[in-house]
Parts: sequence; structure tokens; C-alpha cells
Amino acid sequence: MQAADRLIALSIIGMSLYFMSDAVALPIGWNGETGGPGGGAFPFWLSLIMALAAGGVLVRSFLQDRTQQAFFDHVTLRSVIAVTVAVAVTIALMPYAGSYIAIPLFMFWYLKIYGRHGWVLTGILTLSTPVFLFFFFEVTLKILLPKGWTEPLFIPLYATFF
Amino acid sequence: MDVLALLADGFATSLSPLNLMIVILGVTAGLFIGAMPGLGSVNGVAIVLPLTFIVPPSSAIILLCAIYYGAMYGGAISSVLLGIPGSSTAVATTFDGRPMAQQGKAGLALIAAAMASFIGGTISVVLFTVFAVPLADLALAFGPAEEFALVLLAFTTFVGLGGDDVLKTLIMICLGLVLSTVGLDLISGQPRLIFFDEPGFYSGISFLVLAIGVYGVGEVLYTIETQRKSPSVTPAKLTFKELWLGMKAINRLWKTMSLGSFLGFFVGMLPAAGATPAALMAYGMAKTTSKSPETFGKGNIEGVAAPETANNAASTGSLLPMLTLGIPGSPTTALLLGGMVMWGLVPGPMLFIEQPDFVWGLISSLYTANFAAVAINLALIPLFVWALRMPFTVLCALVLVLCLVGGYAPSQKLHDVWLILGFGVAGYLLRKADYPLAPLVLALVLGPLMEKSFRQTLISEQGNVMAFFERPLSASFMAIALLFFLLPLLKVLRKNISKDKVAPAE
Repeated sequence: MQAADRLIALSIIGMSLYFMSDAVALPIGWNGETGGPGGGAFPFWLSLIMALAAGGVLVRSFLQDRTQQAFFDHVTLRSVIAVTVAVAVTIALMPYAGSYIAIPLFMFWYLKIYGRHGWVLTGILTLSTPVFLFFFFEVTLKILLPKGWTEPLFIPLYATFF
Repeated sequence: MDVLALLADGFATSLSPLNLMIVILGVTAGLFIGAMPGLGSVNGVAIVLPLTFIVPPSSAIILLCAIYYGAMYGGAISSVLLGIPGSSTAVATTFDGRPMAQQGKAGLALIAAAMASFIGGTISVVLFTVFAVPLADLALAFGPAEEFALVLLAFTTFVGLGGDDVLKTLIMICLGLVLSTVGLDLISGQPRLIFFDEPGFYSGISFLVLAIGVYGVGEVLYTIETQRKSPSVTPAKLTFKELWLGMKAINRLWKTMSLGSFLGFFVGMLPAAGATPAALMAYGMAKTTSKSPETFGKGNIEGVAAPETANNAASTGSLLPMLTLGIPGSPTTALLLGGMVMWGLVPGPMLFIEQPDFVWGLISSLYTANFAAVAINLALIPLFVWALRMPFTVLCALVLVLCLVGGYAPSQKLHDVWLILGFGVAGYLLRKADYPLAPLVLALVLGPLMEKSFRQTLISEQGNVMAFFERPLSASFMAIALLFFLLPLLKVLRKNISKDKVAPAE
């Protein structure tokens, strides 16, 4: 628990420093011409407060007594990583294989392999979700989802519904 | 009365077939979302928001408010049937709702919860109607200095009253504010904080991306951990006899329920407090004022009614500052605010003048939403019992897909979808490490207003920082804000003083 707390505090400090180094591109001090702080002031000083507060969390964690409670247990960690990776792969696939391949694949993985559900439930959900998405987003809202290589397959569908 | 005439006009809007249908749809969706353990009003609104492009903006807001309302009713359902609160706001309902279910009185508990929610909702909507116009009139006098002071006040309530770790709360507020500055500088128009020179950051970070990430993806990751085994559902049967008994039982609890409603409404207005503490406070108050406090926690119907009136009243209460001042009273209303700004309906006093049809349509739809919620809640109880048996993995898969597609839809940039995943994982880790997420979302939504009002004031006052303390209204907001900010410090000091007194005795 403490190790995780320190790691998070350290990453926040690192992030704040990165924000600050980015913010100095714009004036962070008093802008004499307009009579107010410059464009970089808000992000810079707030990041500084953030870094100081995270430093406080870090210092405090060294003053506290050690706790034995683990931040992650193995089962949780494995599930969380599996789901995160699956979502990342899905997003990465979307511009190439298209949403209508990536999303059913994700659902199949989640329901059948990760969730260990039956074929009937997996089949119904995996097939009906893309149909719903198509009619809701593309036909009704006219928002085109990324299709990648599958784009040509949708041309007859566009012709029918648009 | 002027207000009554305006409200009557509002009903003309909210009772139109489209809006009535939307209220019914929203309330039903909200009931299911609220009933699902792990999903509450804030998750529901975040996930459904991208889908509301399908209706006109004013109806979309009515839909989201109806979901908010429905979710507040729905939270009680799983509190009673599963013993797991459907959302954090229904924690206090488990204390007596669960024992009632175990005694075979699940139906009675659900009826009591629904009726109490209805009464809490209705009393608070009446309060809302009464306070809305005076508050909006007051807010008309606000200049940038007052706006800044008020936003600052909203943030300091998290530090003073939030109850979370002060340093971690401060970090989350600053992080939200810094993220809100990504994109183009409001005043000079120059780009700033364009991370890794990604062009996607030029348009800033949308509140929706953060909300879907934290409350959609993050929540799913969180439920993976907490809901590993499928819960056991207590069956509930509902007969007209029980309905009658429930109404009779509720009829004896007017004192508790009106107290709960008032308490909930005013606690709900505070950004840092909201429905969860309001419900806990109402439960505590009902217990201490009760003649038989020992029956609480063992299935006392009063222990179900008190928190349910309060959490519904709090959800209405949190709408009041959002609509009249533009300062949301809860994370859910922060999302509503973001949605309204996205649709060009900027909340605040001017909305009451420029868009009275919309404002009063929305307020009157809260009345209809209450009626619809209680009726649908009671009618669909068998369906909820069935739906709660739905395995978690099915729900999580559907939520994740909606997050991906819903996150893509508004901007049509995959950049945003990647950000959603990043915020989801980060939000999950931060939540596990006891960082509060509500101030983060609120800060991202209010950040642009805060920076703009701060810099506008200084520009118009030629850089005089004392300007915030020279106007009476803004000075009093600043004073209260300072007080809230110093509150945790005072607590620590008092602890140390009492420690010092104890020390010599050793």
C-alpha cells in the first residue's frame, strides 16, 4: 500500500514538473500590458501546488507506520491488466480493421473467454451490439465510426440507409 | 404568483408528447442504472451523454435529469435485494433495508423506499421552485470577481467539508484545473500544454472524455475487483395489500421524511457534500430523534425512509446552484453543466432570462420525473429482481463498448478514445489510493470559468489583486472560502493542543 502510495505521489510530481516545463512556453508572470497574469501562469502555479502537495503525501508516507495491506492482490491485478490490454487492442484495431470487427472481437473475448459465458449469450450479444451501434450512430445520428479496411463492405449499406 | 405562471408555462413544454416520453425513458434507464451495483447516477449520465445527441438539446437535458432522478430511486433496489448499495448514495438504505429483506419484508422495504424517494423528491422540487428565482436574481449582480470567488468557494468546500485526505483533495483540484487549461489560452489565443505535440490536444480535454474515462472505464475496472462473485438476490413479491400496508407505514413517518427532505436539499447544494452524506445524516437524525433507536439497523422502516428522502432531495438540491449560479453541486450535475455548455445552454442567471421556456420546462419535468419514477419503480420491481441476476461480465462488456463508441462519437477522434482509456486506468489507480475523483471532474468543468473570471477581474482592475476583497459579495465569498480552507488546519491544531494537554499527565 505504501509503496503504491509513494509511486503515485512520485508520478504526480513528475507529471507536475512536465506540466510546468510545458507551461513556461507562455508568460507565467505578471503581464504588464494587460494587467493580469500571463497565459502560462494558471497551469504553472497550479502544477507547482500539485507538486508540493504530492511531495507532502510522499513525506507523510515515510513518517507513517508501515502497513502490511497490499495494494493489489494477484487475481485483481491479472484481471485489471487483461481488461485494460483488451480495451487497448480494441482501440488500436479500430482505425485498421474497423469498429465492426474490433468491437465484436472485444465482446467475444470478454464474454466467452474472460467471462466464460455460454455460446448462445455470447453469440446474441456479440452480433446484436454492432447492429445496434450501426443503426444508432450511423443511420440515426450520422456519426460514422472508423471502418478501416472494411469500408468498401459498407457502401451497399450506405446506399440503402442514407 | 409569478413563479406559478412560469411553472405552468413550463408544464406546457414538459408535458409535450416527446418530452413526456423522454422523461419516462430516462427514468426507466436511470432506475436500471441505479439498481445495478457499481453504477450510479454519475456513471449513467457519463455513459449516456453521447447518446443524447439523438434528441434536441433541451430534451437531452431533460433526459439526463430524468436518468439522474431514476438512478436515485434505483439505488435503493439493490440495497434492499442484494444488500449491496446500487450506488454510494444508497449506502444508508442498506442499514435497515437489508434486514427487512432478510425478514421477508423486501417488498415492503422497496415500497417504502420508492414512496420516501417520491416524497423527498417532491418536497425538494417545491423548494427548488421557490429558491430558483431569488437565487438567479442575486446571481445577476455577479461580476467576474464574484464568479471567481464563488468557484473558489466551491473548491474549498472539498478541502473543508469533503472528509477526504486534504493533500490528495488539493492535488485532484489542481490536476483538474491544469487539465482544463490544455489547448488554447482563453485570453491570448496561444496554444499551451500541447503534450507531445499531439494535434488532438489543441481542442483541449473535454469533460466528457474525463468523465467517461473515470466513471465508465475506471468504474468497470473497480467493479472487477469488488464484485468478483455474483451476488444472491432476495426475491421480492409485491401485492396490493403490501402496497397499502406500505403507504400506511409511510404515512406515519411525515416528520422524519420532511426533516430528511430539508436536510438533503440543503446538504445537496454543497459541492463537496451531496447525496451520500445527506442520506447518512438523515439516517443518524432519524435514529437519534426516534423513540426506539434500538430497532434501527434491525429492519426499521423509518431507517429506509429517512435516507431515501434525503438522497433524492439532495439530487434536486445539487441542481439548484448548477442551474442558477453555474456552479454544480455534485459530480453528476457537473456533467449536466458540461453537457449544457456543449449544447449552447450556458447555465447561470442569464439562462433564466434568455431561455425561460427551457428553464421552466426543465423544472416542471422534475415534477413529472418524480411521478414517473415512483410509478415505474413500483410497477417494474419484478423486472429489477430479474435484471439484478445479470452476470457482471455482461454488464461490464456493454459498458466498455458504450464507453469506446460514446467517447468517439462527439469529436470523432480516436485521440479522445485513447485518452478515455488513460483516464480510466489512472482514475482507477487514484481511487484505489484514496484520491477523491469528484473534485477532479468538477475542477475540469469549472476550470475555464475560474481562469477567465480571475484574469478578467485583474485586467479590468489593472492588476489590483485586492479587487476580489473590495466588493462586498465577492469579499464574503472569499472569506467563507478562506474559512473552509483553514478548517482542516484548525482541526489539526486543536488535536495538537489537546495532545499537549494530555502529554504532561504521562
